[in-house]
Amino acid sequence: MDVTTLTLIELRDALRSGTVTSVEATRAYLNRITAHDDAIGAYLTVDAEGALAQAAAIDAARAAGQSAGALAGVPMGLKDIFLTKGLRTTCASKVLEDFVPIYDATVVERLRAAGVVVIGKLNMDEFAMGSSTENSAFKKTHNPWDIERTPGGSSGGSSAAVAARLTPGTLGTDTGGSIRQPAALCGIVGLKPTWGRVSRFGVIAFASSLDQVGPMGRTVRDVALLEEVIAGYDPRDSTSSQREVPTGLADLPRGADLRGLRVGLPREYFPESGLDPQVSSAVYAAVEQLKALGAEVKPVSLPHSPLGVAAYYLVATAEASSNLARYDGVRYGHRAKADDLYGLYARSRGEGFGLEVKRRIMLGTFALSAGYYEAYYRKAGQVRTLILRDFEAAFSEVDVIATPTSPTTAFKLGERMDDPLQMYLADIFTISCNLAGLPGLSLPCGFDNRGLPIGLQLLGRAFDEPTLLRVGAAYEDATTWHTRAPAEPFVARAGGAA
Amino acid sequence: MESARHLFDGDETVRRIARLARLELDDATLELLRRQLGDILGYVEQLDAVDTTGVEPLAAAGEQTRLREDGLRIALDPGAHVRNAPDHSTGAFRVPKVL
Repeated sequence: MDVTTLTLIELRDALRSGTVTSVEATRAYLNRITAHDDAIGAYLTVDAEGALAQAAAIDAARAAGQSAGALAGVPMGLKDIFLTKGLRTTCASKVLEDFVPIYDATVVERLRAAGVVVIGKLNMDEFAMGSSTENSAFKKTHNPWDIERTPGGSSGGSSAAVAARLTPGTLGTDTGGSIRQPAALCGIVGLKPTWGRVSRFGVIAFASSLDQVGPMGRTVRDVALLEEVIAGYDPRDSTSSQREVPTGLADLPRGADLRGLRVGLPREYFPESGLDPQVSSAVYAAVEQLKALGAEVKPVSLPHSPLGVAAYYLVATAEASSNLARYDGVRYGHRAKADDLYGLYARSRGEGFGLEVKRRIMLGTFALSAGYYEAYYRKAGQVRTLILRDFEAAFSEVDVIATPTSPTTAFKLGERMDDPLQMYLADIFTISCNLAGLPGLSLPCGFDNRGLPIGLQLLGRAFDEPTLLRVGAAYEDATTWHTRAPAEPFVARAGGAA
Repeated sequence: MESARHLFDGDETVRRIARLARLELDDATLELLRRQLGDILGYVEQLDAVDTTGVEPLAAAGEQTRLREDGLRIALDPGAHVRNAPDHSTGAFRVPKVL
C-alpha cells in the first residue's frame, strides 16, 4: 500500500490500527518529496532527520500504550509563515533567510500536541503578499496539474504539496484569499475560518484585521478534522474568540441531503466580463447539484463587493506597513552595513524586502500619511462596513452563499508579474469575505478543457463553519471531483484544447 | 475629493514615502513604484464614488477583544531573545552609534 494515497482521515485510522507506523508514513512522504519536489518546488526546508526522530518517538509512545493525539504520527509540511521552534522559518523572505524561531506558533503547538510530525516548511509569496507564490524570494512553486502554471498564492506551496501528495493535509493563512484561491487552482479543499476562530500567535503578521489561519486538504472531512484541532481561544492572541468550538466538526454524516438549506447566488460574483465562462458554468452546475440535494437556491445581492479589491489594497497595505516596521535589522533578520541608525533601518529593509513587499509598504505608508489618511484608509474602512452590511442582509435570507473561488483557472507563471493590478484581481471573489471577517470554503467542482481544476466557494455567517462543512461534505459525497489527482510525473500540459 | 494621482507625476512624493517607510530604494525601483502607485491609486479611487456619509469605519470584524489577567510568567528561555540578533552584547541589541 502507498500510504501517500490515503486521505488524512484514512492515514490517521491506519496509524491508529497499527497498519502503518509513523516512521513508515513519514518515510513515504520524505521519499515522495525527494522524487517529485524538484518538479513542484513546494518545500523551502525539509527536516528529514528531525521528522524521523519525532515519528519514532510517537511510534514508541504508542507501542508503550500511551494515549495518542487526534493526529498521532501524521507527517505534515507547513507554510513557512508559522513559527516552528528550532526549525528555520523564512516567510519566503531574504529578511528572514536565517531566522530560527525560539518558540512555536499556537497552531503548531496544537498540531504537535495532537501528534503531528513536522516534516518541513512550504513555499509562499513573501510575507503572504501575492496570488501566485512567485513573490517568494527563494523559488517558484509549480502547479502539479501543469507545471508551467501557478499553484495560486500566497499558500501555493501548501496547495501544490497537498495536490501532489507531498503532505497529507496542511495549514495555510488567508488574508485576501490565500487559502481558498490556491486550493481552487490546485483542485483541493481549503477553509478560511471566521476571523478570531483560530489563534494567530506565532504566525508572522501581514494585515492583522484580515489574517486568518485555516486548514487545507484533499477532502472536506480532512479539513474539518484539522479545523477541530487548531480552532479555539488562545490567551496569547487577544483577538481570538472565546466562543466554544463546536465538537464533532468532522463527524459529517455520509450522503446527507440539504433539505431546508437556503443557498444565495450573488449576481455581483458572476460578472459578464472578467469571469472565465468555463468557471461560471462549473459553478452553476455545482449549484444545480446542491439543488438536487434538496437545497433551495435564490438570488441575493452584495452590491458593494466589487469594491472589495480597492478597499482591501488600502486596508491590507496600511496594516502591512505597520506590521513590517519590525524588520529593522536590530533584533532579528537581515542587517545591512551602515554608519548610522537611519541608514541601518533603510538599507536593511531595502536590501531584504522583495519588490511586491516594497510596493505594499509604500502604498500603505501613503494611505496612512498625514493629509491622506481620511481620504484613503478611513474611506476604505467605511466601505468595509458597507460590505459587511451587504452580507448581513443576505444572510437574513440565506444560509450560505455560493460563488466561484477564482475568476480563472491556474494562470501561467510569469503572466501577471509585471502588472500588479491584474494580479490583485485574482482575489476579486475571495477578498470581501476577509473584509467582513466571515468564513469561506473552497472545494473542487470541475475542470476546464485544459484539465485544470475549478473551485466552488461557499461563504457563511460568522462562526458558522459547521454549516459550510456540512454543505461541502454533502456536495463532495455526491460528486467525484475531489478524487481526481494530477498525472505523474508532473509535467507541463502543452496546449490541450483551446 | 480631488485625485491624488498627480502626486505621483514627479518623484518627490515617492521619495518622501520611501523615507517615511525607511526603505532605501535605487532610482529604477523608485521610478517603477512611482508609476505603479499612481496606477493603483487611480484604481482605488473608485471608492470616492461611494456615499459613506455617516458610516462608521470598520477596523476589524471580530468580537469585542477581552483582555486576559496581567501577570508575570517566563515567556522565553534566558538569552533566547538575542539568539537571532545580527549583533548583540550582554543580552542587549547593538546598533550603530546614535549620538
